Amino acid sequence: MTTTAESVAEQRRSDVHLSYLRPHKKFPNLWCPGCGNGIVMSSLVRAIDKLGLPRDEVALVSGIGCSSRMPVYLDFQALHTTHGRALAFATGVKFARPDLKVIVITGDGDALSIGGNHLIHACRRNIDITTILINNYIYGMTGGQVSPTTPSGAYATTTPFGNTEKHFEPCDLAKGAGATFVARTTVYHTPQMDRVLADAIAHHGFSFVEVLSNCHTYFGRLNRLGSATALLQMFKEKTTSVGKTEESANGKIPIGVLHRDLETTELCDEYQKIVDSLSKGKQG
Amino acid sequence: MSRPKRQLMMGNQACVQGALRAGLRFYAGYPITPSTEVTEGCARELPKTGGRFLQMEDEIGAISAVVGASVAGVKAMTATSGPGYSLMVENIGYAYMIEAPCVIVNVQRGGPSTGLPTKTSQSDTMQTRWGPHGDYTAIAVAPSTVADTVTETIRAFNLAERFRTPVTILLDEVIGHMQEMISLPEPGEYQVVDRVKPTCPPEEYEPYGSTDNFVNPMPAYGDGYRWYATGLTHDAMGFPTNRPDEIVVNLDKLRRKIEDFRDEICKVRADWMDDAEFALVSYGSVSRTALLATKLAREAGVKVGCLQLQTVWPFPLAQLRELLQDCTAVIVAELNMGQIVREVERVAPPQARVHSLLRYDGEILTPIQFLEKIEEVRS
Amino acid sequence: MSTMQAVAEPTSARAKKSKFDYSQGPPPVRINLTWCKTCNICIALCPKKVFDADQDGKPVVSHPDACTQCAMCWMHCPDFAITSNYR
Repeated sequence: MTTTAESVAEQRRSDVHLSYLRPHKKFPNLWCPGCGNGIVMSSLVRAIDKLGLPRDEVALVSGIGCSSRMPVYLDFQALHTTHGRALAFATGVKFARPDLKVIVITGDGDALSIGGNHLIHACRRNIDITTILINNYIYGMTGGQVSPTTPSGAYATTTPFGNTEKHFEPCDLAKGAGATFVARTTVYHTPQMDRVLADAIAHHGFSFVEVLSNCHTYFGRLNRLGSATALLQMFKEKTTSVGKTEESANGKIPIGVLHRDLETTELCDEYQKIVDSLSKGKQG
Repeated sequence: MSRPKRQLMMGNQACVQGALRAGLRFYAGYPITPSTEVTEGCARELPKTGGRFLQMEDEIGAISAVVGASVAGVKAMTATSGPGYSLMVENIGYAYMIEAPCVIVNVQRGGPSTGLPTKTSQSDTMQTRWGPHGDYTAIAVAPSTVADTVTETIRAFNLAERFRTPVTILLDEVIGHMQEMISLPEPGEYQVVDRVKPTCPPEEYEPYGSTDNFVNPMPAYGDGYRWYATGLTHDAMGFPTNRPDEIVVNLDKLRRKIEDFRDEICKVRADWMDDAEFALVSYGSVSRTALLATKLAREAGVKVGCLQLQTVWPFPLAQLRELLQDCTAVIVAELNMGQIVREVERVAPPQARVHSLLRYDGEILTPIQFLEKIEEVRS
Repeated sequence: MSTMQAVAEPTSARAKKSKFDYSQGPPPVRINLTWCKTCNICIALCPKKVFDADQDGKPVVSHPDACTQCAMCWMHCPDFAITSNYR
């Protein structure tokens, strides 16, 4: 059945994401029961729907890892690439076709470990791509190894005696590298995630959204943090809206839009100026 | 008709001119001797034609951006040398798996590792065939003159678009950096092939369904087909599969798409082969010397023939089997420690002994070395 | 959406009568039992304890009248297995 904007509009919000499922693709998804990836997927779809983006103009690019299995389920252009390289592929898609809305779905291992080099350069370039880094603090797909965001002292299959390394703060990293929209949210705070994802996608420039997500199968189990709902409750208690200053907020992780820069120019725009000037023959 | 404008041009620049004529719209590269002039050339020329150029953070980024641009709907290329090609092979394999047309130029230099950055070599030949992991099938073309570099680059793009697969152009430092007087072909003097677009309604489109020639129509992003591509082994819809039957269909499709159509790909140039007793087999810059050595030997009354591989992969087995059938000896000349000789041995006729003429000290083989080898083989 | 704030600290579970009257129409939400993976998120997160778990752990709308359409359940379902009949 072809889904048109009209047929989506009169549907209610609670099942709008159903109309974005990819035809012929078996559902439900392959993620563990209660996995945060599914929550992010429904929020992403609502955000895209709210922005009214035509499906033909949206390209999802992902790397390798649990979260990167998302694009197959959604009815957009979808490119499931190689480990760590989603942003490099997405840069090619966007730079060749600036008319497309390019969204990268990646994880803490995919984007910050093997893909770190492409992440910092994509931020530096300020290319108009939205990157959703679903941070579940561990390598889920390969069975629970330590990742660049696994907290010090935490257990993973490759840190059986506790993680001796410090972790990245993904949002600080992205902001430091030049991303002009940086936000953090969690799979508990779904209304906020809907808003933040829509803002990020609408932003003209490199948007980086870290979504704290539950991997109770590995991170939760190996660190005795309990089930999916226990981790969701943890995200509720351990975070606070950005900007809150009262006593109860300190020591908590700020969530919401952390950084927004509307001055810095965007890569495709700047290059297009050169192409335009050359075509008018100004420059020899 | 006025004489075509002749101009002095470097091999690497000729590669750019060929790519532009083939319809290059996107280039992503990374500096590496001896291929940087290709990257620099595209940086200058592409925006003038409405195309786009990006220097990426590394060679992995370069090939990834190229494949991304390709699936988005444009012709894309990168150029590198041995060390960069080694970094690219995973995503060349990915381009093969999702069947994304793209062109990778390898201006070979001395290896392994950092090797001899400014010296020539052909030691990446087997890597081009077996680099990507898994049962990969390579297409690689190799010009031996600056003028050929233009036409072989166009051919590389046409093969990539026709077969929806990555195509490697094997240059080396000599061809890349030498300059020759050439006249650039005018539009109409060469053929340009574009990927086939789907015509069926989007709901009926099977991105990787079965077709008569194993090649599927390929829409651009935004055409309304919203297809899914993955490096995971996949079924007709492109969805990941672990079913043995679907796995075999997927891999056979990727291989037969190329192997069953060798006649459209394998190109060999034969000089003086009709009555040749001894055949010189080579590709790229070595073929220039081999041709001269053949002339000199002929003048000395020795029946030598010269066989230049313009397609290195798939190895032109059929052409060689036929062309070498009457030879008593085959001399395989290459700038490495023996790579294509292994392929020639597989196809040389029983009566012909296969000899290697190798040079891997960074210098080029000389005509005298050829003549001495011919003498050695004749005695 | 005002109902969002009410969710944060429910005063007493079902004291406040929800403004939806389900006796006339369909139940507050419908559940796709084939897609539900019994992850228990909806049951645990529902501020009004509308759901009970059946013997397989799947959610059952056992207290429909308490449902305030706050969306906590269907917004947190990783498998799109819950949709509201009213929103």
